[in-house]
Amino acid sequence: MISNESLLSASIATLHKEYPYINQFLEAYPFLSRQPHDQPLARILLELESQDEDLAFDAQSFLNQMREFIVQMQEFLGQNEGNVEVITVLPGRDKHGNPEAYESVELLKGTVTSIVGPTGSGKSRLLADIEWVAQGDTPTGRSILVNNRPPDTDWRFASGRKLVAQLSQNMNFVMDLEVEEFLMLHARSRMVNDAETLVQRIIAKANELAGEKFGPQTPITALSGGQSRALMIADTAILSSSPVVLIDEIENAGIDRRKALELLIREEKIVLMATHDPILALMADQRIVISNGGIAKLIVTTPEEKLMLSELEHYDRKMMAFRNQLRIGGLLHELKES
Amino acid sequence: MNLITISGPPSSGKTSVIIKTAAQLMQKGLKVAAVKFDCLHTDDDIAYERAGIPVKKGLSGALCPDHYFVSNIEAVVDWGLQNQFDVLVSESAGLCNRCSPYIKEIMAVCVIDNLSGINTPKKIGPMLRMADIVVITKGDIVSQAEREVFAARVHAVNPAAMVMHINGLTGQGAFELASLLMTGRREITSLKGSKLRFSMPSALCSYCLGETRIGASYQMGNVKKMNMEEQP
Repeated sequence: MISNESLLSASIATLHKEYPYINQFLEAYPFLSRQPHDQPLARILLELESQDEDLAFDAQSFLNQMREFIVQMQEFLGQNEGNVEVITVLPGRDKHGNPEAYESVELLKGTVTSIVGPTGSGKSRLLADIEWVAQGDTPTGRSILVNNRPPDTDWRFASGRKLVAQLSQNMNFVMDLEVEEFLMLHARSRMVNDAETLVQRIIAKANELAGEKFGPQTPITALSGGQSRALMIADTAILSSSPVVLIDEIENAGIDRRKALELLIREEKIVLMATHDPILALMADQRIVISNGGIAKLIVTTPEEKLMLSELEHYDRKMMAFRNQLRIGGLLHELKES
Repeated sequence: MNLITISGPPSSGKTSVIIKTAAQLMQKGLKVAAVKFDCLHTDDDIAYERAGIPVKKGLSGALCPDHYFVSNIEAVVDWGLQNQFDVLVSESAGLCNRCSPYIKEIMAVCVIDNLSGINTPKKIGPMLRMADIVVITKGDIVSQAEREVFAARVHAVNPAAMVMHINGLTGQGAFELASLLMTGRREITSLKGSKLRFSMPSALCSYCLGETRIGASYQMGNVKKMNMEEQP
């Protein structure tokens, strides 16, 4: 266990050597970098005492926070990531207090589950239950198991690692950065070892998903809707710390949705997808039907349904061809039957 | 009564988060009231009233809002005690990044939003660094990557805090915040003798007293000068 005393006797140089990630924490205290790096911290803090008010600096809380940061980082780096194999949703009750009529829903890693139901039926609450790792303590009374038991990790408060990552149509990039810079920033905040390789892989994958190509130097805010979606999905699949990915519809424009799902599956994510698009719903292994705030039933996609998928995809391609015909300025009836 | 101090930069979503969280607390049968501290103008009291939350508002006008807050919080607490509220939420806008409105042993929540820029966590002083809970809002409109980067930055300046995401429009996450607040609750009967977690920004110069003229000869008291030479 690290003590405040041991931190006080260390110099800034030693801290950097022993805890390479301490940089992230010290960045918020730029005035410290102007202090001699070879002096014990205790001495530096003593020197700073006279300016505490000006710097809005409190040595005691600084020390406590630094210790907390190191302890958490050591835990974070020591833990085996990607170890969530299965999430189980145990029944609670619907909006009227009726018990939910299913036994349990299992969400396995590398599989896709779609969620269907009218707006306001309780899709968000289901997600929130999973994210909060509900233990019968939410309005639905549901319980969530992680790897078949009540979770031992404190998923609720671990700020470095949330259970659920989210992708929705309303999300936009807002940072003023180029694609590569942006991904490097994300990679650094996740403290991965081979950041550069990962970043290149994300760009390559995103380009496979996107209809139109983009380069590492494209500003992220200049990406088209389809390109943004592709980059968000590739980034979430490869770099996000969260084992569960929630997708709120993927519009059928400028992105290969089948490839997008395949990428998430290959990266062993547990994929949940709220959708009313029959093609997407059929790409899922199972679907949860929600009504009145409760899970009404769980349908496993049948072989008959899977057969319909190719028919639906045929119509889909046809629509795409018409759309393309419009884009290039042609007449719709001139499009040949495919 | 439980006192909860909530603070955060202007327009970060404090009022929305409080109203959505209060609704959850009221569903559990608790009596919730609020006090809104601001500088020149606020309509948030109307929003609170509409939500059925008794509210007092205080406008600091020409004074530092932080100083105004600390000089008035005791009377506000007495008001809450007299009315037998279970939970009293004080909301104050962090109008300068040096704001420091938290009180020792009183639950402190900082609300900050994903759109404020990734360097913002570094710029905010005690208001973020000394909070017990940090609520991040507006996560529904930025990418997952940006949410993760922002949360990591918040974590770097306040590793001890619990960090959570709330959507102020839909209220997603408010139930969870309400449960957290109730787990960490602490009954108080007075603020007499309580102490601030950190000293407030200070000012005591001729401009505080209404001076408007510019020039060294008009500057008296606690005056601080930029060092123009040392900077590159």
